[in-house]
Amino acid sequence: MTLSRFARPYEVNQPERHRLEVQNVSLSFGGVNALTSVSLTCEPGEILAIIGPNGAGKTSLLNCICSLYRPQRGRIVYHDRNLVTTSPHQLPKLGIARTFQNIELFSHMTVLDNLMLGRHIHMKKNIFTSMLYWGPGQREEIHHREFVEQVIDLLEIQHIRKQQVGSLAYGLQKRVELGRALAMNPGLLLLDEPMAGMNVEEKEDMARFILDINEEWGVTIILIEHDMGVVMDISDRVAVLDFGRLIALGTPHEVRANPQVIQAYLGQEHALMQE
Amino acid sequence: MTATQCGVFHESYGSDLQLRPTTMQRIRIVLVLAVVVILPLVANNYLIRISNSIIIAAIGAIGLNILVGYTGQISLGQGAFLAVGAYSSALLTTYYDIPWPIAVVLASFITAGIGMMFGIPSLRLKGLYLAVATLAAQQIVQWVLNNWDPIDGLQDGRATNALRIPDPKIFGYQLNQDEKAFYVFGVLILIAVVIVTVNLFRTHVGRAFIAIRDQDIAAEVMGVNIFRYKLLAFATSSFFVGLAGALLAQHSTAISWERFTIEISIQYLAMIIIGGLGTISGSIYGAIFITVLPELLREMGDFLTKSEVLNADDFRLYLPFIQRGAFGVAIVITLILEPEGIVKMWRDIKNYFRLWPFSY
Repeated sequence: MTLSRFARPYEVNQPERHRLEVQNVSLSFGGVNALTSVSLTCEPGEILAIIGPNGAGKTSLLNCICSLYRPQRGRIVYHDRNLVTTSPHQLPKLGIARTFQNIELFSHMTVLDNLMLGRHIHMKKNIFTSMLYWGPGQREEIHHREFVEQVIDLLEIQHIRKQQVGSLAYGLQKRVELGRALAMNPGLLLLDEPMAGMNVEEKEDMARFILDINEEWGVTIILIEHDMGVVMDISDRVAVLDFGRLIALGTPHEVRANPQVIQAYLGQEHALMQE
Repeated sequence: MTATQCGVFHESYGSDLQLRPTTMQRIRIVLVLAVVVILPLVANNYLIRISNSIIIAAIGAIGLNILVGYTGQISLGQGAFLAVGAYSSALLTTYYDIPWPIAVVLASFITAGIGMMFGIPSLRLKGLYLAVATLAAQQIVQWVLNNWDPIDGLQDGRATNALRIPDPKIFGYQLNQDEKAFYVFGVLILIAVVIVTVNLFRTHVGRAFIAIRDQDIAAEVMGVNIFRYKLLAFATSSFFVGLAGALLAQHSTAISWERFTIEISIQYLAMIIIGGLGTISGSIYGAIFITVLPELLREMGDFLTKSEVLNADDFRLYLPFIQRGAFGVAIVITLILEPEGIVKMWRDIKNYFRLWPFSY
């Protein structure tokens, strides 16, 4: 693909990565305990999968990490900041991005604009520069466009660049949402069921993208996923939640052998896998 | 002739970001500008007066569209913000002897401030609830207009409800008398407003507004400070609405509170809904439609009375009701036929002719 004659090669900065520590986090809604003193750490550069039956508190944990929920007890520390007391809109500045279980894209914008919004925190020009556009405003747009094009190349969505997101197929929307989070150039990426509702081929693509992002861009990834095959294949470590408690944490191999996990979650499916 | 190119191949991001990349689009915009230039040379005073109302309405509608169409914050306070713009420019020229062009700019900034203040509830309120909260703005401002002493003007020694405004003059032309001079002045301002707002939505600030409308939680997680950007949307929107109000004041000889009621707020909402929510051109189409419709009905009535189909007295009696009825019918019909407004109709027409006559 020909880029601009004037385009400079854009340097993807290796994002700043830090260790994420979840310390004794408890979250309840009224009488329902969504999370009960969950503690885990996520090391820089790893892929950590969170699994568990429906209603185990996986998404609640993710929402706590990105400050959408405020846990009643415990701390979540990233880069010496307690995320429990941070506003959601400040997290991107720390380098934390996420995708949602039910796609939450800006459905009336084009794919390109959705990804450009991912660059929002890196765009510093004020509203008056925006209104004048020509000059500094345009230069800033072009500068960030170059980064976004790299995300587009990585995720192979060149052909839908200018399409409205709302009109895209489900699988593509999931990919665009991943792209939007990636456009932020995050150090830690939270993925909430990135492969839900996809066919085998789409799942393979998505798994490949996740591995590429992790290996080539060096992004730490925490993902929630129900497909055991995928989880066991791509993740470095697996955390298992059941009724809001962390019942196991370890490599896929360890988790698979854990009797508590077999009882709570894997059950018959696991027995079949063993065969 | 109406066909646009089938493939546009850009060689730089700069050219890809152009607003009108094809020759056909450029020809169209030149045609529009030509009409705008030729109109005052051929039209009579009455037509130019209507054009001036359209210009003011268009600026106000663009302002409202920034808030409602682009940022998704429904506002019923349009009349109030127009009033703030109109009265502050009037009071600044009347009591402080500030030259009117400076007063107009100051009035816009004052309206932006007031708009931001009434935008504070948007932190907690969404949709219809926010609409009710902005209704408070409407009521408060209207109460102030009715009860605050300096606003009741003195005319021939008698206190009136209307505030008289010193004649605005520019290069020897008196804008409230000379419709043609106001037209030139107004068109230049409208063009500036259009350019500025179009640019706004090409960059990250405008994108953040749209993001808040489409998915506010996702926008927040992507690093948009929701509250700040909502207030910014209120301020930007109110700035242009205040500008429209100030121009309205300078265009009229006197202003009174009846011109800024809730009915005006709803009329402006109708403009942007009929024209097309979240589009700049839609605001202008809507402004034209809503301003021209009542005039058109009156002309039609005049024609019918002249040809003695209608009794003149009857007609004059029923005209306001017919106008309102037609207004309502127009909104309902647009919403049923094309919920996305005149903009979408125009886009469909363009697409049809782009492929014409081989549409497959």
